[in-house]
Amino acid sequence: MLQTLAQHDRDELIAPLYRFDRKFWGIVAFLAAITAPGLLLYGRQLIVGLGVTDLNRPVFWGAYLVNFIFLIGISMAGTVISATLILLKVEWRRPITRIAESLTVFGLMTAGLQIIMDMGRPDRLLFTLIYGRLQAPLMWDIASLTIYLLTAMFALYLQLLPDIAILRDTAPAAVPEWRRKLYKFLSFNWRGNKEQWERLEKAIVTVSVFLIPIGISLHTVTSWLFSTTVQPGWKSTILGPYFVVGAIYSGLGLLIIAMSFARVYNPHLKEYITEKIYTNLGWIFIVMSGVWFYFTLNETLVVTAEQETLEFPIMASKLFGQFSPAFWGMNALMIAATWMLLAPKFVSDKPSRNPLMKTPVGLSAAVIGLAIFSLLWLQPVSVFADPVFQTVFILAFVALLFLALLGVTKWLKTHLIPSSVIASSFVLFGMWLERWNILMPTLTHARLIPYTTYDPTLTEIAVTVSTLGILTLIFVLFYKFFPSISIWEVEEGRARELGAGD
Amino acid sequence: MTNWCMVIDLDKCVACQACSIACRMENNTPVVSPEEAKNGRAIRWNDVFPLPVHFGPDLGEYPNVKTHYQTRPCMHCKNAPCVKACPVQATYIDEEGIVRQNYNRCIGCRFCTVACPYGVRYFNWYKPQWEGTLAEYRNPDQVRVNGSLEGPAVRPVGVVEKCTYCVHRLVKAREQAAAEGREFRADEYVPACVQTCTGKARYFGDLDDPNSTVSQLSKSLRAVHLLEDSGAHPKTLYLSEG
Ligand code: SF4
Ligand code: SF4
Repeated sequence: MLQTLAQHDRDELIAPLYRFDRKFWGIVAFLAAITAPGLLLYGRQLIVGLGVTDLNRPVFWGAYLVNFIFLIGISMAGTVISATLILLKVEWRRPITRIAESLTVFGLMTAGLQIIMDMGRPDRLLFTLIYGRLQAPLMWDIASLTIYLLTAMFALYLQLLPDIAILRDTAPAAVPEWRRKLYKFLSFNWRGNKEQWERLEKAIVTVSVFLIPIGISLHTVTSWLFSTTVQPGWKSTILGPYFVVGAIYSGLGLLIIAMSFARVYNPHLKEYITEKIYTNLGWIFIVMSGVWFYFTLNETLVVTAEQETLEFPIMASKLFGQFSPAFWGMNALMIAATWMLLAPKFVSDKPSRNPLMKTPVGLSAAVIGLAIFSLLWLQPVSVFADPVFQTVFILAFVALLFLALLGVTKWLKTHLIPSSVIASSFVLFGMWLERWNILMPTLTHARLIPYTTYDPTLTEIAVTVSTLGILTLIFVLFYKFFPSISIWEVEEGRARELGAGD
Repeated sequence: MTNWCMVIDLDKCVACQACSIACRMENNTPVVSPEEAKNGRAIRWNDVFPLPVHFGPDLGEYPNVKTHYQTRPCMHCKNAPCVKACPVQATYIDEEGIVRQNYNRCIGCRFCTVACPYGVRYFNWYKPQWEGTLAEYRNPDQVRVNGSLEGPAVRPVGVVEKCTYCVHRLVKAREQAAAEGREFRADEYVPACVQTCTGKARYFGDLDDPNSTVSQLSKSLRAVHLLEDSGAHPKTLYLSEG
């Protein structure tokens, strides 16, 4: 029984590694196409200088730094999912640890790229090693990032080791010689005897123990880049834990998207990445969004209530000013994401008789709301100035939003995976906006320089798209070389299950 | 040890911006196009700007009008946030209390520019340029520290620069004294803005010498620091208006 299942696992997971079909090349070509413009424009930035961005004085940091924090954030996936769940011996983690850990590594690599892209003198990167001052927060960040990247790579490698040995032993005849050699080299003479297994397991647990504090340190230190300056809006002690929560949140989001992508790409994976995993991750997601709202409320409410001269204009620009679309957009996305995950838990699968729960009702509410809003928005004279109208409008908007959310609940209940993916994309976008909302309002509201604005230029947008392209490209290529699901872990899980059944 | 310090009497300042121009000519700060300047890319180590800073100048109703201006060099903070932020010690406080900038070391991370509460640090977004014959009038003075250029040496693209209290003038004054075989005196050195100042509103000297003008003025009841609460312990002093 165990033997046949193991054989089955190997067939399903290994065969696609050697299949270079149209689908694969199509995806690679698409990713290369979206990556190329950004790289070209970055080349131009290298030659001309950072003037090609919209950065200015006082907005010395912009989209690149936002991307940096965002990418650091998604790298939390590995730490939380794999390290924490390994230590807690949670069984359902087995099929997704590989993807989670690899996302950490890729996220950190691309985050490092952002720092280099943001530097005025990337040619002097090594100066940080030669002349580095350990008292500077940026050095803490560089050190923390390097340690985290190395540890995460090590964790990923350890976890890959038995699978590489399987690949070495099962490579079909048609496999090119260099690939065989690669597997042979990387398998590091793994023979899978008892002693090696014992050591491996010990090593994985040890690395997991280290990975968690290192991961948390990186996110905290990244927040310290901002909170150790004396700039209003940043000098807050809450920023550290806020960044960690945001990181776990967006890390989970990316993990769900990545595993769904893998599932769509190779439909056989549906057997392994089951709905149960989505449900379980969904619960962690819901808890994180609760914590996130708690922090956001703290930050927003306290500063708004105290109305301190320096801090308040920054908060006001988020609540009503130039950053209000980003701020309220972020909140709307987060509320929608939380609803998508939470609401289906309260309804039954059976068709409901309540008309409010019908999808068409919800969708029409959304359309009506959008139509009214755009009509009012386009008026030559702003109608939002009147306070009575404003209140009525806000109430109507909330009511329509609620109807829309109620309407889609049934659909969400029956479409667990699409709804998780949509919620995750909302969270990812929302978390990018969150970082934007932390950085840009403070930078545009300097103390002794008139308030300014910042709109990323084409270069910055293209480089951002490029970065996402590179991230996905590494992901796709990596999983052409290594199975996206840990074969040995799944086998071990099955053995344990059968053993328990006996 | 000398502790160089500038005192600016705002009662005497006529907001003519001569200091700004003198600084520009002395320190070879590049000129940018009006569009770039509007986009916050102008480099003025010594800026003269109207108050209040945000939401434009508050002129009052005619005929009761009054404008306030402030001139702002680097504060050469004693607890400088920029120095604390720099990962490679490209900006540092020298033994004479001047916050210096090493252009050959700066990696252009712009942490210091973000950390400085006074907004007096500038980044070279492009390769510096001078229009027409302006380039011929550049200041040839140079200061070398451990082989790398500081002071008015033309900065490369991608590094940060700021007011240095015209440190090359200090070096030159010392060299002159040495060449003439005599002791260097603190009053032999002033930055270009102090020398130029139309209203004679700027004073410069050694804050640690109890007899110097600046230390006498620093005891005045009108003596204030800009953003006293920033925690940076700014050194440049203002004598408040009125
Ligand atoms: S004013 Fe700004 S640049 Fe000058 S020393 Fe202080 S922190 Fe540094
Ligand atoms: S921009 Fe240059 S001077 Fe400023 S912190 Fe970075 S390396 Fe130091």
